[in-house]
Amino acid sequence: MAEALSQSSKMRLGRLAIYACLVIVAVLYLMPLWVMVTTSLKPLDEIYGGSFIGLPKVVTLDAWRAAWSQACIGTECTGLKPYFVNSLLMVIPAVALSTGIGAINGYILTKWKFPGANFVFGLMLFGCFLPYQAILIPMARTLGLLGLAGSIPGLVAVHVSYGICFTTLFFRNYFVSLPDELTKAAMVDGAGFFRIFWSVILPTSIPIIVVSCIWQFTQIWNDFLFGVSFTSGSSSPITVALNNIVNVTTGRKQYNVDMAAAMIAAIPTLVVYIVAGRYFVRGLTAGAVKG
Amino acid sequence: MSTLEIDRVRKAYGHLEVLKEVSISIGTGDFLVLLGPSGCGKSTLLNMIAGLETITGGEIRIAGKAVNDLSPKDRDIAMVFQSYALYPTMTVRQNIEFGMKIRKVAQADRGRAVKTASDLLQITHLLDRKPSQLSGGQRQRVAMGRAIVREPKLFLFDEPLSNLDAKLRVDMRTEIKRLHARLGTTIVYVTHDQIEAMTLATRVAVMKDGVVQQLDEPQAVYDRPANVYVARFVGSPAMNIVPAVLEAEGATVTAVIDIANRPPARIAGITLSPEAVRRYAGKKVLVGIRPENFSIASGDIPPSLTIDFDVVEPTGPDTLAVFQLGGVEVTARLPPKQAHAGQEAALSVDTSKTVLFDIDTETRID
Amino acid sequence: MSASTRMSSRLAAWLPRLVVAPSLLVVIVAVYLFILWTGLISVTSSKFVPTYDFVGLEQYVRLWATPRWHTAVANLFIFSALFLALSTGLGLLMAILLDQNIRAEGALRAIYLYPMALSFIVTGTAWKWIMNPGLGIQRVVNDLGWTDFRFDWITNPDMAIYTVVVAGVWQSSGFAMAIFLAGLRGIDNSVIKAAQIEGATLPLIYRQIIIPMLRPAMLSVIVLLSYIAIKSFDLVLALTNGGPGTATELPSTFMFSATFRRNQMGVGAASAVMMLMTVAAIIIPYLYSELREKNDG
Repeated sequence: MAEALSQSSKMRLGRLAIYACLVIVAVLYLMPLWVMVTTSLKPLDEIYGGSFIGLPKVVTLDAWRAAWSQACIGTECTGLKPYFVNSLLMVIPAVALSTGIGAINGYILTKWKFPGANFVFGLMLFGCFLPYQAILIPMARTLGLLGLAGSIPGLVAVHVSYGICFTTLFFRNYFVSLPDELTKAAMVDGAGFFRIFWSVILPTSIPIIVVSCIWQFTQIWNDFLFGVSFTSGSSSPITVALNNIVNVTTGRKQYNVDMAAAMIAAIPTLVVYIVAGRYFVRGLTAGAVKG
Repeated sequence: MSTLEIDRVRKAYGHLEVLKEVSISIGTGDFLVLLGPSGCGKSTLLNMIAGLETITGGEIRIAGKAVNDLSPKDRDIAMVFQSYALYPTMTVRQNIEFGMKIRKVAQADRGRAVKTASDLLQITHLLDRKPSQLSGGQRQRVAMGRAIVREPKLFLFDEPLSNLDAKLRVDMRTEIKRLHARLGTTIVYVTHDQIEAMTLATRVAVMKDGVVQQLDEPQAVYDRPANVYVARFVGSPAMNIVPAVLEAEGATVTAVIDIANRPPARIAGITLSPEAVRRYAGKKVLVGIRPENFSIASGDIPPSLTIDFDVVEPTGPDTLAVFQLGGVEVTARLPPKQAHAGQEAALSVDTSKTVLFDIDTETRID
Repeated sequence: MSASTRMSSRLAAWLPRLVVAPSLLVVIVAVYLFILWTGLISVTSSKFVPTYDFVGLEQYVRLWATPRWHTAVANLFIFSALFLALSTGLGLLMAILLDQNIRAEGALRAIYLYPMALSFIVTGTAWKWIMNPGLGIQRVVNDLGWTDFRFDWITNPDMAIYTVVVAGVWQSSGFAMAIFLAGLRGIDNSVIKAAQIEGATLPLIYRQIIIPMLRPAMLSVIVLLSYIAIKSFDLVLALTNGGPGTATELPSTFMFSATFRRNQMGVGAASAVMMLMTVAAIIIPYLYSELREKNDG
């Protein structure tokens, strides 16, 4: 009896240790976000006065206002607003196009297999793991030749080109698990290629459509390399503008504005993550866990 | 008229030949069962009839018309799949209506067809549910409803019962048989379950390795299997196949089978053609005896063999008794309580049901 | 009639290929043709714009004679090794702890994973501020009384690369955790029960049975994190901008600055080819084994 008791108290101690570990790590992980938010709400003097980790004594939205509409990017002091709009104009068509194309590719590569379909899939799959440095120079030249250099449509084209590799992977792995008999039944019912896609396959794929949209949204919104390589000045996406704000070296460094700007750039993807985190995780693990 | 003729049909994937010159022909109202183990080509053949797989060689004719180049929708067929293949996002009603919508059937006619089919299958109360809310048996009925409203020349069933549990399988089997009696449509039905074949079919085609081993009525397949493969595949427990030596006695033959530590068994009075008697006298053959064709020897009939029972398995209606005969394990189906493990018994054999096979080609000797 | 049905059925057979063809064309051009193009530029004397005069492997020789590239390669090794080891270790530990029927599992998992939703630029900006010696962590600890405490890695050329490791691990270890957790959830519980009945303790069960069973997840984590490490670009740019000096240069930042800032397109292309070859050496065997196993199963 006494032994059983000590056994159970030992168990409880173990549980406590596990929880303690998990909570400490969680606090460490939340710390940067905490610092970003609190810093962005503090007046600059308070920051230089040495307040780093604590709550703001005076809460002000000045830094947010400055980051949104006044901060200088290069010589233009417009704040992040136009760049935020740029990113939206880029991300919406790019996500829609790459998801749509990926869906139909995945449908073909699983339900209308032709000789060499697996090879086609393999070609696209490698595109997911391409280090983009390897295509930067030719892409810059090609965009120039097409008259798309430095433009939002140009960036959309780039993101769609490489995004379809991921979206095709998502949809293919999802459609593989749908029974082939479903397409066969629809064929016997008289439905053709597009009819089956619209009426039978697509209505069943809402979850993977969400995964694909979220993944593409996060990737494209967060992209920096393509933005900094293929755009300049007023056509830049928000990540490039943020980096410019932060790397301003003249004058007294406005850390609160930097943090507010970083928050503005982070909010869209954070919101998506909070609203649809489950689907976000599925997108992350799609490349790793076998479908 | 809805006949089906499969005329020297071949299917090959590259060099891999999965169907080798298959010819089957059935008449209006026939219920053809394609029976065989997985990989025998039966599902491929069904898909070729449906138009879901291309035909490498030969011709398939439905109601006398070659359909090789027709797409599934133009072949006037309907199909029920193993996984039912119900469209998961549509209600039962939408599932049943889908094909009719594509064929642009007027709404009133669609409603009427759905009503008739759902009454027939007793699924009227399920029409507004989604497939995920249905039990296996209900899904099965919906899949059949979807096929029925097409009023096809030909129904195709691809292992429709294999996803159901044992009890439901028996019920749905009866249901399908009733449906066939009621609609009188020609049916092609694929299964690996020989009981389904026996109970449902008017014609059975037993297949193996892309070749039809035997095409006949179910009882004929059971009583007179074309070869050892068919004999073993149809019937449960399987037909006992025992090596023996034939002795000619006038117009009939006697099969002599060795038994360890006992005098050999003598199964006398097996009828063969005079030609076969001449050819096989004194030769080794294989004897096929169904378990139920053994019986405990009684007064008038002299016993054919005396053995010791090894294992005894009561099943309720009868008892399966296992013993050694001719160096192989043999099962007899006997009335309950007549056999006990370790018991010595004298058995007789119904020679009119005994079949003989050539030991090399394994085909039946007539 | 029969001829037209045949025509339409032939069209139907080609339709899927026709529909997938544009995507395939885009991928062939944007991935494979562009790789070849980069390879071509790497054997020319291109500077500000591509010039197509063959100079052999001159640019590669020049690349490997550049001290800055040596720094970049050395940094890549340090960064990758530490980033992989820490992210994998931390990810595995958190996954195992989270798998113990934890009450607030959903919330904790969300906290560990949220950095993955952020841009590396945001991460870099945040950590640059946190590790700022004058106002960040060092100042906080100093103000608490430990006035000798120094945490000035970000301005110290010898230590700056480790700040990239810290920020990278913070961002990506949740990703490793997610994959490990999925792997753990895929393990049949009866294996653990069987081992418990045989008297094995929990740590032993994990060491001897469960972690070995996570091998496929481990492989995925290592491959995907290596890929992230090799292409890390934004993080370094935002956090240290390659500095102080060239102390945190990585191949990815080297390629970018050579090509777009220093007018050495040929050298930049050569460095891109080196990066591509490194990634391919890791990824192609991985994809090959993943696809082959899939086909077997």
